[in-house]
Amino acid sequence: MSEHIVSPKVYVGIFLSLMVLTAATVAAAYVNLGPFNIVIALAIASVKATLVVLYFMHARYSPKRTHMVIIAAVFWLAVMLALTLSDYVTRDRDMAADTQVTKVS
Amino acid sequence: MHRTGELYGQFETLEQQKESAALGMWVFLSTEVLFFGGLFMTYTLNRHYYPVAFGVGSNTLDLKLGGLNTVILILSSLTMAMSVWASSVGKRKQTTAFLAATLALGSAFLGVKVIEYKQKFDHHLVPGYHFQIDYRVQHPAPNDDPKEIEAEKEELSKAFAEDPDLNAHAQLYFSLYFGMTGLHALHMIVGAGMLVWLIRQSMLGRFTPTYNTPVEMIGLYWHFVDIVWIYLFPLLYLIDRHR
Amino acid sequence: MDRPTSTRSATAAVYKIPQEHYLNSAYGIRSWLLTTDHKRIALLYLFSVTFFFFVGGIFATMIRIHLMTPQGFLVTPETYNKLFTMHGVAMIFFFLIPSIPAVLGNFLVPLMIGAKDLAFPKINLLSWYIYVIGGCFVLYSFSTGGLDTGWTFYTPLSSVYSNSSVTPAVLGIFINGFSSILTGLNFVVTIHTMRAPGMTWFRLPLFVWAQYATSIIFILGTPVIAITLLLVGLERMFHLGFFNPALGGDPILFQHLFWFYSHPAVYIMILPAMGVISEIIPTFARKPIFGYSFIAGSSIAIAVIGFFVWAHHMFLTGESVYAALAFSFLSYLVAIPSAVKVFNWTSTLYKGSISWDTPMLYALGFIGLFLIGGLTGLFLACLGLDIHIHDTYFVVAHFHYIMVGGAVMGYLGGIHFWWPKITGRLYPEFLARVSAIILFSGFNLTFFPQFILGYLGMPRRYHSYPPEFQDLNVMSTAGASILALGYLLPMMYLVWSLKYGAVAGPNPWPSTGLEWKTDSPPPTENFLVTPEVTWEPYDFETRPDLELDHIVAGKLPAPAHGDD
Repeated sequence: MSEHIVSPKVYVGIFLSLMVLTAATVAAAYVNLGPFNIVIALAIASVKATLVVLYFMHARYSPKRTHMVIIAAVFWLAVMLALTLSDYVTRDRDMAADTQVTKVS
Repeated sequence: MHRTGELYGQFETLEQQKESAALGMWVFLSTEVLFFGGLFMTYTLNRHYYPVAFGVGSNTLDLKLGGLNTVILILSSLTMAMSVWASSVGKRKQTTAFLAATLALGSAFLGVKVIEYKQKFDHHLVPGYHFQIDYRVQHPAPNDDPKEIEAEKEELSKAFAEDPDLNAHAQLYFSLYFGMTGLHALHMIVGAGMLVWLIRQSMLGRFTPTYNTPVEMIGLYWHFVDIVWIYLFPLLYLIDRHR
Repeated sequence: MDRPTSTRSATAAVYKIPQEHYLNSAYGIRSWLLTTDHKRIALLYLFSVTFFFFVGGIFATMIRIHLMTPQGFLVTPETYNKLFTMHGVAMIFFFLIPSIPAVLGNFLVPLMIGAKDLAFPKINLLSWYIYVIGGCFVLYSFSTGGLDTGWTFYTPLSSVYSNSSVTPAVLGIFINGFSSILTGLNFVVTIHTMRAPGMTWFRLPLFVWAQYATSIIFILGTPVIAITLLLVGLERMFHLGFFNPALGGDPILFQHLFWFYSHPAVYIMILPAMGVISEIIPTFARKPIFGYSFIAGSSIAIAVIGFFVWAHHMFLTGESVYAALAFSFLSYLVAIPSAVKVFNWTSTLYKGSISWDTPMLYALGFIGLFLIGGLTGLFLACLGLDIHIHDTYFVVAHFHYIMVGGAVMGYLGGIHFWWPKITGRLYPEFLARVSAIILFSGFNLTFFPQFILGYLGMPRRYHSYPPEFQDLNVMSTAGASILALGYLLPMMYLVWSLKYGAVAGPNPWPSTGLEWKTDSPPPTENFLVTPEVTWEPYDFETRPDLELDHIVAGKLPAPAHGDD
């Protein structure tokens, strides 16, 4: 693990940034940006997550193999989402539009 | 429990032991990414299919409580990081104090979740036979704000017009809500258990600048659980808030 | 003194079983059930996976007997559905996936890298207990109504309509998944941090590379099936609607999530077997392996690219031609690293000094049968062909060629190859070679007719078939009975060899690799002195310490003038 000891000042700074970003994401939710609402929300969440990983989890001061593990996890999740959606996005028929919920008693 | 810094038999050096623990925890966290990932995939698809129902469902969540929980959890990540720092500079009392603060904040988070879940139960929003998305507007409680109920009634009638199967689709949203926050809460409970153990070890003086591996490792786990919530909060609480 | 029973009588004359080793270091059931020694845990797994192999085998036997007549005479159609489901679940999740990693991997990885144990021995034991608990849930499901959904658990049959014992089964497989995950985690950390001095990445045996690649799949794939099956169980219990169209859910989503793991899972089953072959071929050709870094790299390539191809199981679910094309192309791509391995093994054999010992017979069988299985996989990846042969016996034959002709033969080859190291004894060589040939023959008679059946249009998972298919089905069943003999014989003579087999000595073949530099059976701490590695892998030609082993094993003539 890292021998580098991160100073409490850095931690508090990161915490305050996370608070600002939380406020920002809530504020952005009240503005109608159409399809960009989700983009902004995920972008802000990803920035927050990156700060936590880099500083709270010491990834910034960790050996290369730790970076490889993090990148692999994120990459594999992206592959699962992207390739599955690639099937749905290219289908002609929208399953949801086709089916009607059966009134189950 | 083994004593401070004792070398396990299979390792050659303490350095190797620390390296292994760290790599092991990071690899474990990568499995958790994929584990939650399946739920995120399900969420993505269902939100794409049923945007109206997801908006309606999200608006029934109490944003104040959700926001409060987000602040609580991120603060607990700060106190957890501080406990790692304190143990690495040999401050035993501060280590214990920060760990205790983390545990307290984590418990507060779980307490708020219980309140939220109870609210959902009262409003018949738990998936199952009794699920009814418009239960609250049809049976308002005496202390419910009538203006709020009126606004929700209007929102729901608009939503039903857009999506006749709103009830079933909203049930999907709530299945995901309970599934994802429930799995997250389960992880927090495990984390809380580990914090209890850590606090005891810290009080017994087990952690020193040369050996604070358990604090670091459980810290990694705790931060990961925080990151999951960082994504859950906007995805579950902040859909269509501008309506 | 043991009576010499093998051609390696010289070995028996020279060596004795060491005084203290991992098998006699402690006695009693507690020393086994509470062990943290990776070698003992490997044996615990050996018993468990063999048990589930029997369970799966019994179902297979019943299937083949039932299919001897076109109308089927053994069981009802509903029961037939349960037979092929339980055969698949037992074999895939409880035999094929754990077999080589948990038995041979657990035993050998620390030895091969020069470590005293895995990085997390207690977690290793926990993995076994998790496997056993998962297995108990599944056995409970089998005995309380069985399972009829297919091992693929397609929804909404599994999540809504099936009346069989689905919930305990999915719970059992969910639990078992964590056994895999922890094993993979253990291997990755061990290989990264616990290699002996001088054991660089490119001096690692290819078996270790194969385990590493397999562990990547364990770690990144298994969690997805875990959450997916959990959702199926929850859907059954609480009538949620994720995969149920009647409630707005999507069965295709289940298939995506399921196959995201289950396709890489087939690489979990084959990569370790390929690792075994990469150890056996150089040993019995007495030559360094051809293209070491390409074989190492191809293991990683298969593990990675294998994650991108899963929707080739879903070509007939309404995929657009664009998505299907992409997945078909990627499926062809993933065949390339496998082909690289086959070429390299074959090149290793070229101009080698070939011995026909039993492990070599299994390895050669593997190459031929894997070739057929792999190439027929490409047939299936071809969009135009798949429309006709999807869900027919062609698929069944394809995957049995890989799983049985490939993975099981790799497993048996590995068991024979490392049997002397694990037990200190040699198995009876002649009987073992005969059994290998019986197995190979029985296997081909069982499954080759199924390619033809599939091509002719016989669907899979059907309890009855048109009468014109009967001859091929009877042939297949006849083959299965020979195959069964091929499985039973090793079980018997391997057990026999524990008491009556010739003493093996540390390096009977001989082979390179650190595991052969310690006693057979090894001491609990594996090496009395931490080894330091200064030689390249598979260095049969120039390593000085191997020469004596070669002479003792009768592979090289003794020096003409007296001994040293």
